[in-house]
Amino acid sequence: MNLLQVLKPGFFTTVQDLGRYGYLKYGVPISGAMDMFSLVAANILVANNPNDACLEITLIGPELQALADTQIAITGGKISVKVNGEDVPMWQTLTVHKGDIISLGKVEGGCRSYLSVRGGINTPVVLGSRSTYVRGKFGGIEGRQLRAGDIIMGFNVSLLNAEYKLPEKLIPQFTGSFKVHVVLGPQADMFTERAVETLLSSQYGVTIESDRMGYRLEGPTIEHKGKAEIISDALLPGAIQVPRNGKPIIIMKDAQTTGGYPKIATAITPDLDMLGQAKPNDIIKFMEITLEEARERFLEYRKRLSGLAEWLIKVA
Amino acid sequence: MKGAYPSARYLPLGDTALTVEFGDVINLEVNRKVIALNEAVEKAGITGIAELVPTYRSLLIRYDPAKTSYEQLVSHIKEIEKTLGEKPVEAQTGRLTVPVVYGGDYGPDLKFVAEYHGLAEEQVVKLHSGKEYRVYMIGFVAGFPYLGDVPEEIATPRLETPRLKVPAGSVGIAERQTGIYPCEAPGGWRIIGRTPIKLFDPQWHPPALLKPGDTVRFKPVSEQEFKSIEELVQKGVYKPLFEERPR
Repeated sequence: MNLLQVLKPGFFTTVQDLGRYGYLKYGVPISGAMDMFSLVAANILVANNPNDACLEITLIGPELQALADTQIAITGGKISVKVNGEDVPMWQTLTVHKGDIISLGKVEGGCRSYLSVRGGINTPVVLGSRSTYVRGKFGGIEGRQLRAGDIIMGFNVSLLNAEYKLPEKLIPQFTGSFKVHVVLGPQADMFTERAVETLLSSQYGVTIESDRMGYRLEGPTIEHKGKAEIISDALLPGAIQVPRNGKPIIIMKDAQTTGGYPKIATAITPDLDMLGQAKPNDIIKFMEITLEEARERFLEYRKRLSGLAEWLIKVA
Repeated sequence: MKGAYPSARYLPLGDTALTVEFGDVINLEVNRKVIALNEAVEKAGITGIAELVPTYRSLLIRYDPAKTSYEQLVSHIKEIEKTLGEKPVEAQTGRLTVPVVYGGDYGPDLKFVAEYHGLAEEQVVKLHSGKEYRVYMIGFVAGFPYLGDVPEEIATPRLETPRLKVPAGSVGIAERQTGIYPCEAPGGWRIIGRTPIKLFDPQWHPPALLKPGDTVRFKPVSEQEFKSIEELVQKGVYKPLFEERPR
């Protein structure tokens, strides 16, 4: 069923779920939400499955018109939300009626906001996911970012009798300065000792050359011991590549699946959500942790995501 | 053997993956080991493994840290690696024939490649299409096959400045590798021709026509033939010249 019409698409708005898994060996990236926690929260607030498809909004939000009565929730980077010109809160179930205009402003804390609809966005499932992969031109709406005039389809599901919010303490704040935990390797031994120290003790700025594929960083040069190339091997989001110029690149969700630059370290999964909220000129600091510690953090993160629904507070 | 490690290196890629490196080189021996381990691990059905990504010279094993740990996984994989032997035998592979129009607008760098080596364009075409290539891995963008080894006589370095857009179907050379762009993408390989056939479609199961270990042969065709194949591809009735064969 037709749920929303796109009046203005925003800067870069795509349909995303938690991603496309199992196809890296065919050169297909994982894609999916850059901030998975915020996507899951948006879904939980309208009693969806955690993996249902939402809109991922980048920097400037869209304007949408409801084509049917529905419920929505907006999470992630701080953004102003108006329904028919009136301010409404983020991180809360919102009931909207046919004809209502939903206007989102600029993302002011963080980089990406998420908009869920009750029942989830209904686009074709491609290789197990509804996530948009723009370079491959598949997933989401015709494999591209939203355009004015697009119709967003939903499922015919009953509306909730109540509206919910999440407690303040669970709502992440994005200040523009990010501490990211990394596990060294796989190719840390191709760098000098000083290079590893530099990575772990310096501040790196996110440059304008940053998108869903990866972030190019600016900061102290990281020195290779010898050659600055490897025979290409596989990449995952979080991997920190260092090309010959010594400036690190963090691999993100839509990146190529293989690459020929050595990887000095890899950001851990729970910190990728935060990284997904980094925008140009933000500052990143890397901190080394052991694999054991990384696993503990992963398990905590998994628990936090799967237990999110238990925190819902009824507001109406 | 040059570039192959005396024993495999086990390395973490963050909190969810293990990389098993067999060398830092492009060669048959190393790639065969990768593919053999890939198949053996697939068969073993180890708890917690999410997916496998074979590359030129390493196998990436993505796992769920809630179901296994890095140490546990390493010890499982080391056991499997021991059983592989020095010269693993490959399972069933396929051979694909790829029709290509060489040169002109389809292959804007053919002239450069010829001049670089002091050859005529026809000689470059003859050398490029005169042998069977191995699919070492699929990567970069959806369905891109990394093929080798290109004859030494026509091996050519990448462009100094990569193109922002390389059309879908473009066939390129980078040193001793050759490859086919399945979709429009930026790229620095020397483009010598173009094929009308499709290598990847998200609606196919599996979505890529080729897998590591398969072989590819390029067949020079005229622009006329290119266009008639292209029409069949667009209508969805083209049958790729793909031959399954046991080794």
